Amino acid sequence: MEFNKDFGVFGGQFVPETLMNVLKVLEKEFKEYCYSDEFKRDYMYYMKQYVGRPSVLYYAERLTKALGGAKIYLKREDLNHTGAHKINNAIAQALLAKKMGKTKVIAETGAGQHGVATATVAALFDMECRVFMGVEDIERQKLNVFRMELLGAKVVPVTSGTGTLKDATNEAIRTWVAEAEDTFYILGSAVGPHPYPTMVREFQKIIGQETRKQMLEMEGRLPNKVYACVGGGSNSIGMFYPFIEDKDVELIGVEAAGHGIETGEHASGFAPDARIGVLHGMKTYLLQDDDGQIKTAYSISAGLDYPGVGPEHAYLHDIGRVKYTSIKDDESIDAFRTLCKYEGIMPAIESSHALAEAMKDAPNMDKDDIIVVCLSGRGDKDVNTVAKYLGKEI
Amino acid sequence: MNRIDEKFAQLKAEGKKALIPYICSGDPDCGSTERLVYALEEAGADIIELGVPFSDPLADGPVIQAASVRSLSGGFKIRFVFDIVRSVRKKSQIPLAIMIYYSSILGYGKEKFVKECIDSGVDGLIIPDLPYEEYDEMLPVLEGTELYMIPLIALTSNDRIPMLVKNAKGFIYCVSSLGVTGERKEFDSRVDSFVARVKECTDTPACIGFGISRKEDTERFGKIADGCIVGSAIIRRINETGCDIEKVKEFVKGLK
Repeated sequence: MEFNKDFGVFGGQFVPETLMNVLKVLEKEFKEYCYSDEFKRDYMYYMKQYVGRPSVLYYAERLTKALGGAKIYLKREDLNHTGAHKINNAIAQALLAKKMGKTKVIAETGAGQHGVATATVAALFDMECRVFMGVEDIERQKLNVFRMELLGAKVVPVTSGTGTLKDATNEAIRTWVAEAEDTFYILGSAVGPHPYPTMVREFQKIIGQETRKQMLEMEGRLPNKVYACVGGGSNSIGMFYPFIEDKDVELIGVEAAGHGIETGEHASGFAPDARIGVLHGMKTYLLQDDDGQIKTAYSISAGLDYPGVGPEHAYLHDIGRVKYTSIKDDESIDAFRTLCKYEGIMPAIESSHALAEAMKDAPNMDKDDIIVVCLSGRGDKDVNTVAKYLGKEI
Repeated sequence: MNRIDEKFAQLKAEGKKALIPYICSGDPDCGSTERLVYALEEAGADIIELGVPFSDPLADGPVIQAASVRSLSGGFKIRFVFDIVRSVRKKSQIPLAIMIYYSSILGYGKEKFVKECIDSGVDGLIIPDLPYEEYDEMLPVLEGTELYMIPLIALTSNDRIPMLVKNAKGFIYCVSSLGVTGERKEFDSRVDSFVARVKECTDTPACIGFGISRKEDTERFGKIADGCIVGSAIIRRINETGCDIEKVKEFVKGLK
């Protein structure tokens, strides 16, 4: 396997020199080990026996009928162990870490899903685990903090910058620079310096591969449109990648518009006020102020609250292969409640963004058309947020 | 001739080593930064590194992170660094290197940034998140200019050292420690052999930075390298004394 460090003009390795040999070793081990029969066997073993894959591709019949248009299928990543797609990547990176002889893992987390996934695999593979989390997020996501601690991880509060995901990621990278000899950085999104965006895609593409196969089995053809939410973009790149060559399949990435793009309080890396810059070791579209300082993203969904997009998404955007759009807080909560009502499924607020966009399009499509929505995670973690949004005390 | 080259030629002739203080532009304000440059020169600084604050300084520890936050919350804009340099150049010819993260250069516009560096009188650029593999981002715009890009070399560079020092101009920034900027009491055991390896590979002066804060450090590293870079220790004193220029000057004098 050969991978380029760049996706067009995006990506790259914008990191201190101290990390360059570390990244080179990581890339070499990734290319050798992760395409070996040994890795494939172990990865698939854990995907099946531990995560519960393949995840279901579910025909949402009542929702389809209520909207009266295209048939809606849901890729149920929410049914994975730990409740989201994050575990696919965390297991693969932990296997790689073990192979490389690392005894400790570190991770960044915003909402806590990737932190929980990393704490989980660290317990499974008996590795010491530290999760960096912004102080703001620790306050907002107390339940996940406690979950990580129960799983044996140490949650390290990050006070620098704005105390959110972007700062937690900076701190994880800084720590990694100092401790790379025995520590593996399990990065959760399709971001960071090469080879991370490629690794995360390779470890998440199982979502799209399964979907493609299941669709052919169930309907005998590929879907017209596929939707997935985009923060950094790990579930979406995993869902989209196996469909890239299927030119008739329209791919739609859904970012968070927060209070509305025009308010400036959003998390859309493709918004008019986003520009090309460098963050977390990669060149990509980023929210920046007039002077190029990175702005804080805003979304009701902590998992989409990232001031940029993964570099491969930036590339897919510029070549026009994936269409990117955005959904506001209120629209995502409407979609969340709609799915609860019609299907008895409580989606993560992140995934509700993808669902909301699909629900806008479905009524305007033909009854024979098929759409797939990546339900990247379950919404149990969001119950407090939704209650607060609806003005309810629980 | 580039002022950095002149300075090292002079230091070599005198058998001396360079002292390179780092300060964060706009901390606590731009007027103070200019006054600090003069004070540092009077205290014996040979080259001054002017940091440009960035919202996400990946290579910096808590002290410089905090300085960046103070500067940015005071309303610092990237263009102010050129105002500072232009003012300084009316009174001083001390070599000036700007330390800036690559995103800020991209945001400002590469060509415009380089032009303003040259026009205002900047001598060198230190870009901590632009490793060799990404040099092509900057080299074309620097070609044919007297503005030097100072390469950073790390303890982990090993077999990369010859490649990194090839064509190096000005001086080489040897990073003494794994991790981020900040004062340290102890240094990595590999640091001596690391600097020796760099010196074997090039005639360009090699200076050591990251973690250096005391006279015993500058004396120790003065024996193996051509100079020392001191950042966090100075910035901490600027902050703790409420930017008492005389006290900062005394501290820097004590490092010589």
